[in-house]
Amino acid sequence: MSARLRWRKFVSNFMLTLTGICAAVSVGILFFILGYLVFNGGTSVNWAFFTQLPKPVGEVGGGMANAIVGSAKLLLAASLFGVPIGFFGGIYLAEFSGAKVASVVRYAADLLNGVPSIVIGIFAYSMVVLPFKHFSTLAGAFALGLMMIPITLRSTEEFLSAVPRMLREGAMALGASRWKTITTVIVPAAYRGILTAILLALARVAGETAPLLFTAFGNRFWSQGWGQPTASLPVMIFTYAVSPYDDWHRQAWAAGLVLLGLILIINILARTILSRGIAVPRG
Amino acid sequence: MQASSNPGLSINITATAGAAASKESAASLPMRMSISKLNFFYGSKQILFDINMGIADKRLTALIGPSGCGKSTLLRTLNRMHETVATSRLEGEILLDQQNILAQDVTSLRRRVGMVFQRPNPFPKSIFENVAYGPRINGFKGSIGEVVEQSLRHAALWEEVKDHLHKSAYELSGGQQQRLCIARALAVEPEVLLLDEPCSALDPISTAKIEELLVELKSLTTIAIVTHNMQQAARVSDFTAFLLTGQMIEFSPTPQLFTTPSDPRTEAYITGRFG
Repeated sequence: MSARLRWRKFVSNFMLTLTGICAAVSVGILFFILGYLVFNGGTSVNWAFFTQLPKPVGEVGGGMANAIVGSAKLLLAASLFGVPIGFFGGIYLAEFSGAKVASVVRYAADLLNGVPSIVIGIFAYSMVVLPFKHFSTLAGAFALGLMMIPITLRSTEEFLSAVPRMLREGAMALGASRWKTITTVIVPAAYRGILTAILLALARVAGETAPLLFTAFGNRFWSQGWGQPTASLPVMIFTYAVSPYDDWHRQAWAAGLVLLGLILIINILARTILSRGIAVPRG
Repeated sequence: MQASSNPGLSINITATAGAAASKESAASLPMRMSISKLNFFYGSKQILFDINMGIADKRLTALIGPSGCGKSTLLRTLNRMHETVATSRLEGEILLDQQNILAQDVTSLRRRVGMVFQRPNPFPKSIFENVAYGPRINGFKGSIGEVVEQSLRHAALWEEVKDHLHKSAYELSGGQQQRLCIARALAVEPEVLLLDEPCSALDPISTAKIEELLVELKSLTTIAIVTHNMQQAARVSDFTAFLLTGQMIEFSPTPQLFTTPSDPRTEAYITGRFG
């Protein structure tokens, strides 16, 4: 074997090993985080964690029921605000707008998607918190909803555009108007993809902390309503993790575990939706 | 039928002076649709040149010609499907029951002039919902189940699917899917049914079934079919139009066009010298 051939073989094997290691590290990190969370917080995830309010400093035990409900409320309101705007915007982009408008809106959506979440937080703070003069659930939901718009819009557009042209023609040839074609054929043909994307957007904003710090703020007790500050899991993790108490640290780990579990469930749900129902053949 | 009282409409039917015999036999028939002085453009490119022809009521009219001759484009103008392409432009007149289709509401026109496409395109819904779709969006009041059954029977598909109407349409074979699309089109009871190479994606057995079906459907509706298959045109149609590079070369009763074509280009095409 010539030296040149040996060298080539070495490079080939070396690169194979290197890429393999990088792939293994990527997967490994997820499992390491998961393991670490379970190790540190597993013992604190109990019935009380889901049902009780936080205990005052010094008292051991208690839970984060208010933060779990708070996160759920934030996500619900954020979806109600962000999903329709993104969804209908996506329909406009895919079905009605010309190529020029579409490319401008698409570009803007991608930029909005890239705006750091802390900046979204400041924006929501000045738009909602300052005029109303106090932190509120709605302000936090506004910030999270803003972040859901570009993801929903882009994925709605993508999945609608992927619906074969011949399905549109089939509906139109039966006397369906453009809007009727969209609502009765195109959106139903694409809904699984769109729903999946919305769930993934939800999973993404579920873990956002920065935009909530000065919008939804935080709360040691049950939130008094949509116009009042509320606790949320990510902010709770932050508060508890930087505290000097060991018991709070354990609870922060537990909250992290619950949050990750929640996101995992949303992801699995999204995949289940994708694999069910009648798929449109590509072509 | 309004059109039947107007024999003048059928004068346009012959494009070539030589086809005198066809004028006679065609002139006695009422026309459902008539096309006159039709010019069609995509952007600046002209696709169809001065087309004149009629679609005879309760008959099957075939459009043949080599690829790219404009036969599909011509068919798509009949229910204005060409309007889905933004750069398209149409000059001339197309009448349905003596009324200009270009001046009508496009959705109600397409209800009256249905279309079946080259490749089966059932919706991602159940067999039942596919057929029920047209009546539903058009505000049908009555027993939707009856309409579905009747349409599937007309499309000769009922016996094969009656026990699993609620299965996905995609579980059917290609030929069954195409018959489902025919049933779907029939469910809104169109006056004219356009078929754009409906068998080009199908095997010979499915093709034979659809051809058989088309002959039966003539009693129900008026049919215009685009086909690249000359034998198919010869087998199923009453009238045949031969197009070449956007021009109507010949339009005659089918037996005449295939046995004694009046234009040498028609003869060259049907004897397989080109195309």
